[in-house]
Amino acid sequence: MTLLQTEKKQSLSSEGVVQPLKTLENSKVRTEDLNAWYGNNQVLKKLNIEAREHSVTAIIGPSGCGKSTFIRCLNRMHELVPKAKTSGGVILDGSDIYANGVDPVTIRRRVGMVFQKPNPFPTMSVYDNVAAGLKLNGERNHAVLDRAVQRSLELAFLWDEVKGDLDKSGASLSGGQQQRLCIARALAVEPEVILMDEPCSALDPIATAKIEELIASIKENYTVVIVTHNMQQAARVSDFTAFLYLGQLIEYGETTSLFENPAEELTERYLTGKFG
Amino acid sequence: MRRFKDRLALWLGALCAVLAMIPLISILYEVVKNGASTINVDFLTAAPGVIGQPGGGIGPAIQGTLILVGLTIIIGVPLGVLSGIYLSEFGDNPVGRTIRFLNDVLAEFPSVVIGVVIFTLIVLTLRSFSVVAGAFALSIIMLPVVTRSTEESLKLVPNSIRDASMALGIRRWRTTLSVVLTTAKSGVVTGILLAIARVAGESAPLVFTILGSQYFFSGLSSPMDALPLRIYRLALLPYPYAQAQGWGAALVLILMVLVVNIGVRLATRGRLYSKRSRA
Repeated sequence: MTLLQTEKKQSLSSEGVVQPLKTLENSKVRTEDLNAWYGNNQVLKKLNIEAREHSVTAIIGPSGCGKSTFIRCLNRMHELVPKAKTSGGVILDGSDIYANGVDPVTIRRRVGMVFQKPNPFPTMSVYDNVAAGLKLNGERNHAVLDRAVQRSLELAFLWDEVKGDLDKSGASLSGGQQQRLCIARALAVEPEVILMDEPCSALDPIATAKIEELIASIKENYTVVIVTHNMQQAARVSDFTAFLYLGQLIEYGETTSLFENPAEELTERYLTGKFG
Repeated sequence: MRRFKDRLALWLGALCAVLAMIPLISILYEVVKNGASTINVDFLTAAPGVIGQPGGGIGPAIQGTLILVGLTIIIGVPLGVLSGIYLSEFGDNPVGRTIRFLNDVLAEFPSVVIGVVIFTLIVLTLRSFSVVAGAFALSIIMLPVVTRSTEESLKLVPNSIRDASMALGIRRWRTTLSVVLTTAKSGVVTGILLAIARVAGESAPLVFTILGSQYFFSGLSSPMDALPLRIYRLALLPYPYAQAQGWGAALVLILMVLVVNIGVRLATRGRLYSKRSRA
């Protein structure tokens, strides 16, 4: 935490705005000239964005700017869409996850994901939902599963609400609880990076506040990248913010400086609600 | 006036529904009226007696139908479910579209034609009517039904569920079997049960394959009896006792199919229930 604060000061001193950061010591995920297509439609253009370890990076921008596609490239979910392709690199801990011979499945275990709409497995209990990632990858030891389930539900601030109902259907929880269940499910496989694709867009303000609190608490141990439509949310939860427009990176920097003193006119117009 | 039209439409609809129920009710009524008195333990367990003399039962036919349906399930269900999985999860290509088309064609095939084909392929080759031939014929009838219903049930599983599983680093085949198939389970089971109910009542293909028999099961490569065949034979005999037995056998067959249908009801009720609780 102290490390983070000193960094903040350093980057603040550099005129308030951080240019796309080149390789930093604690960069966890970094994209290098990342392009992505759906068929012939290029949706990401030469993106260079990084997410630092133990911090929250927000991706903001108007609808259709490629935010979701961008984070789906970070765990190789993008390629599951028919006719989708990418070029360029995504460097996770120093090695390219798109290099030849890299198994996307192992990448997805290291880079977890939470989706826009809560999507618990409807026929599974709360317990099985959280344990699914471990169980379906072959973990049979009940003590290990029990521990992982409790730990993940605690991290997701859900344990106290469901500890008596672990056998209940995951679909029977409220929307906000379902989303926290999905976060617990993603945390259970102990990923290093958590990607969140507008995790609060289907939730009410109280449920949203809970999730934001949760994000602030898990960033101690995880690297979080969050896509959000909501600029206030980006300002509240993130340490760094990238502003995308039409598939291009317009501005990337520390959240406070980007919001208070945007370098680009486009960023300023978006932040003040002139378009978007 | 608008209210009158509304009422009229409602009553017309109700009337049609009642009319549609008449055949069902009258069939059930006739079968129960004529068949119920014949049914007793002896009738259900004994082999048919000498033709022309009262007595004997439909034991071999019940046993045969159970064996036949069992074998058909063993052959038809795995094939059908796997094809359904393929079509739903990997079938969005020319191969998949061709298979889907052929499957639909097969589903429309008259069952008697399937019986004749199996007759030439298996019965003539082995030079004997056999249980195996019957099971193959029924499997071919069952296959497209199970394939189609499995495919449709899996397609109802939202992609967000597949995404969730893939994003956990669960492999594609695991996702398909343990997440997608589990989620669609009640739909798949319903399709299987309906297919079973359908093949249990088939008679035309059995004439060409298992032939029918007076005796209990005596091996997979010999002829065997089944309820639809027994009903047909008994009903053709000119003796009142035989016709009563035919009604009895018909009632037994209807009850068996009904039990399967109630199973479908129970399976679907679970699904509707979970849907409601989700909303």
